[in-house]
Amino acid sequence: MNEIADRNLAVAPRPRASRLRQAALPVAIFAVLALMPAAAHFGASGYILALMTRTMIYGLAAMSLDLLIGCGAMISFGHAAFLGIGAYAVGILSSHGIDDVFIQLGAALAVAALFALATGAISLRTHGVYFIMITLAFGQMLYFLFTSLAAYGGDDGLSLSRSHVFGLPVLRSDLTLYYVAFAALLGVYLACRAIVASRFGRVLRGIKDNPVRMQAIGFAPYRYQLTAYVVAGMICAVAGVLLANASEFVSPAYVGWQRSGDLIFVVVLGGLGTLHGAILGAAAFTLLAEFLSGLTEYWGMIFGPILVVVVLFARGGLASLLRGTR
Amino acid sequence: MTLTLALVQILNGVQFGLILFLIAAGLTIVFGVMDFINLAHGVQYMVGAYLMAAFTALTGSFWLGLVLALPSALLIGLILEMLVFRHLYARDHLAHVLATFGVIIFLNQAVKLAFGAAPLSVPVPQALAGAVTLAPGLLYPVYRLVMIGAGLLVGLLLYVTVNHTRLGMLVRAGASNAPMVSALGVNIRLLFTIVFGVGAMLAGFAGAMVAPILSVEPGMGDNVLILAFVVIVIGGIGSIRGAFIAAVLIGLTDTLGRFFAPTLLRAVLDPAAASQTGRALAPMLIYILMAAVLFFRPTGLFPVRR
Repeated sequence: MNEIADRNLAVAPRPRASRLRQAALPVAIFAVLALMPAAAHFGASGYILALMTRTMIYGLAAMSLDLLIGCGAMISFGHAAFLGIGAYAVGILSSHGIDDVFIQLGAALAVAALFALATGAISLRTHGVYFIMITLAFGQMLYFLFTSLAAYGGDDGLSLSRSHVFGLPVLRSDLTLYYVAFAALLGVYLACRAIVASRFGRVLRGIKDNPVRMQAIGFAPYRYQLTAYVVAGMICAVAGVLLANASEFVSPAYVGWQRSGDLIFVVVLGGLGTLHGAILGAAAFTLLAEFLSGLTEYWGMIFGPILVVVVLFARGGLASLLRGTR
Repeated sequence: MTLTLALVQILNGVQFGLILFLIAAGLTIVFGVMDFINLAHGVQYMVGAYLMAAFTALTGSFWLGLVLALPSALLIGLILEMLVFRHLYARDHLAHVLATFGVIIFLNQAVKLAFGAAPLSVPVPQALAGAVTLAPGLLYPVYRLVMIGAGLLVGLLLYVTVNHTRLGMLVRAGASNAPMVSALGVNIRLLFTIVFGVGAMLAGFAGAMVAPILSVEPGMGDNVLILAFVVIVIGGIGSIRGAFIAAVLIGLTDTLGRFFAPTLLRAVLDPAAASQTGRALAPMLIYILMAAVLFFRPTGLFPVRR
């Protein structure tokens, strides 16, 4: 676990000058994202817009996972479960004619919180590899549950129309959806920063570095970790709601363990514990996948080795690469 | 009639469990000795099945195919170890998970490129085709019985090797304290390579054995991998005995669950709802079992003391 411990510096408070420098990258990322639609206007705007919307949604999901791995040292291999819960909340409710986004979001958050509470309560009794495996198992459990929902498409999934806002089909416009995803990403980023900097976040990082010592000075790791697990799950469910709207389709593949693996890759690629690294990682991941899959049908044969090389050589991720400090 | 069916299902469950054991055994030793999480263990099972399919098609003989497939599976395992895994032992679990995930993606696509996406099939060898009557009205395929026998035999061999040979002693010593074993003058790197090779070959053997009864296709290792992880987590990571017991337990739970869940639910629900709920519940059973075991024993049934 030493590697993870070494990298918590990125979110720790620093002197003023370097804090300014540190803020430059996240500000730049969000500025680029905010201006992207204008730039896309000159090119194949629909395609770029859809691609970037998806990128931001994955960034959102990966950011919530970064909260778990980077800040809490909880390597969850079943995080895609929450993506699926959010997406299926939209899918199932809209197939019953309930297409108000707030009801869907409320249901997604409630179910995600309950699922996180139940599975987290069991998973967090275990540590290390056992935690990785048990989260994986819970993710697969949900996967099989979704594949057996014959009424909602089973294996094949379910297509849906986008959510309404107070009865108005506002999200039908790709541009609106883009900015909704952007706003969600920005909001979650600021919230996550606040969480990490708060007393709660400090305790969480303390537990990551040395759980025994934290316990000795009077903090029960279990409760803090479970809270973080529930919060991260709920954030990821928001990404799920957006994902279902962006692709107008939900399927059990959203919950598959490969998806959870992709999310871990995105977080590591972007840089553990940096939060904004998750966005960079997601952008690199979606663009790479898009580029490679356009290149050849067997893009996995290029993508797999890239993944291995990233793990072996690029420690610290894109965020530290771009900051110029390693 | 129902009793006969239940017996057949129990035999199927045991057979499935023993295949899982072949895969889980390698996974659990590799983890126990090297503290290394190998997600790519499932694709080694797939590679075994593909090698089997290729070599039987080439030679026209099941036995020649098996004899050629096993060393090839070993070789591929060793190549992977030298190229990728060896550089990961000193890293943390997160790095293991990610890098081996990359290997899975690569190999799943590689077999698709080499053999096509369509499932391949391997004929059951002539000598083992057909069925035997185990009891009046109870016919069971010979090949599946052979699989049960092979699984038990490998289990016994592993037990004897680990507990009663010098190599096994080193493996056990390495599992409890690798640096100390190294300090005593044992070439720990060589030991790691041997252990890894044996694990890869066992997974390949499992793949070769199932090739005649399952379709050989890309991604076939993925679900099995997850099941093997469930097995070693329930059994206690690093424990071969635990893996054996958990594998049979999982095999039986899964097979019998799929068979009996709809029937049992029919007692409380109407038939349509029962079969729907039963089908939804059955694949989840083993995960519920795992959660229950870990709830009461967070380090599995037979935790290895460190």
